[in-house]
Amino acid sequence: MIRVFGWNEFLIIVVAAQWTIALSAIAFAGGSVGGLLMALMRVSEVRAFRRFATGFIRLFQGTPLLMQLFLVYFGMNIVGFAINPWIAAAVALALHASAFLGEIWRGCIEAVPKGQREAATALGLRYYHSMRHVILPQAIRIAVAPTVGFLVQLIKGTSLASIIGFTELTRQGQIINNATFSPFLVFGTVAAIYFLLCWPLSLVARRMETRFSRATAR
Amino acid sequence: MYDFNFAPVLAAFDQLAIGAWLTVRLSCAAMLIGLVVSIFCAWGKTSGPKILRAVIDGYIEIIRNTPFLVQIFFIYFGMPSLGLRLSPNSAALLALVVNFGAYGTEIIRAGIESIHKGQVEAGWALGLKRAQIFRYIIMKPALRTVYPALTSQFIYLMLNTSVVSVISADDLTAAGNDLQSATFASFEVYITVTLIYLALSVGFSALFYAIEKMAFKYPLSR
Repeated sequence: MIRVFGWNEFLIIVVAAQWTIALSAIAFAGGSVGGLLMALMRVSEVRAFRRFATGFIRLFQGTPLLMQLFLVYFGMNIVGFAINPWIAAAVALALHASAFLGEIWRGCIEAVPKGQREAATALGLRYYHSMRHVILPQAIRIAVAPTVGFLVQLIKGTSLASIIGFTELTRQGQIINNATFSPFLVFGTVAAIYFLLCWPLSLVARRMETRFSRATAR
Repeated sequence: MYDFNFAPVLAAFDQLAIGAWLTVRLSCAAMLIGLVVSIFCAWGKTSGPKILRAVIDGYIEIIRNTPFLVQIFFIYFGMPSLGLRLSPNSAALLALVVNFGAYGTEIIRAGIESIHKGQVEAGWALGLKRAQIFRYIIMKPALRTVYPALTSQFIYLMLNTSVVSVISADDLTAAGNDLQSATFASFEVYITVTLIYLALSVGFSALFYAIEKMAFKYPLSR
């Protein structure tokens, strides 16, 4: 018996978007902490830190997100945790986001004119205070637009969590499609929901970018 | 303590190599066809009629704001209802081309817009034809400007091909999946596959760097 794709099926898919949003939010939160750490290590004066962060970023930017998900998923078992798609997806996406945000934010920190750091040192500020009160507040202004841009990439990335069995928007679409067999409608709906989530963010990122480049153009 | 067992993975390494070769071919084919699409769309966006511009804008926004996985499901499962039935590998190629085309268009458009208007006018003044101006005065320097962006987009495309395994195209990830279900050595299989991807992206980066050194040897400005 094939179910017909009607209101209920549509609503089930729409409701599943909450898991996509939740996973994106968790990955973004985790990625922000990791990304800040990576960015600071990347511009650190300690060579071992710089090397570690560079290696971490290269590794995650040079391998597919799907493999990162698989490795965390199957790796959990090896480290002694029970396999859990929720945790595996959140951890893998957070690590992925750490690498990408680390690289983006490193660029933003380096874009702050060198004289600012020197002035902070001249005023007698130590590392923590010069970062906290001088460098980072300026870097954050540069970072907002590319960070929002990456958030779009991260939301799209959460769709891969469906492959390790995490039921979010895409997986729910697959389940409904298996019952109704109207792939055109189902995946059209799924795509439309992703579009509604991502497009406003893309527009905001683009607008901020133009405004910023206009404000800084001399 | 977990006992790592790489023996069955190494024994079936030729399977992975075959998958990796398809990944390389798929990526290169998608890149080349996608570039043609991108150049056409970039031309349409910068100097085409208004309606074409709107269509291209819509295409770019839709592709860039939806996941590749959903795009490939839509093409592989959704298209047959429109009468377009594709084998997994062709559907994978089509999805990759469509996806790369959207990103490539924006990259190439940025390159075209970096060409100073005076250059084109100088071309007209020298009596060059429209096609010649497009090829020598616009495309050649534009491609050079955006070369780094294009190559990193290619690496991104290649890593993205791992997703095509879900529609059972037989790429590297799919070879890994098969091996995993035959040996149950999940972690060993996927770490090997991941390292192959890493080697591919490092290798391609080196190759692109060498090409850049060879192809763009001529000086940038007099």
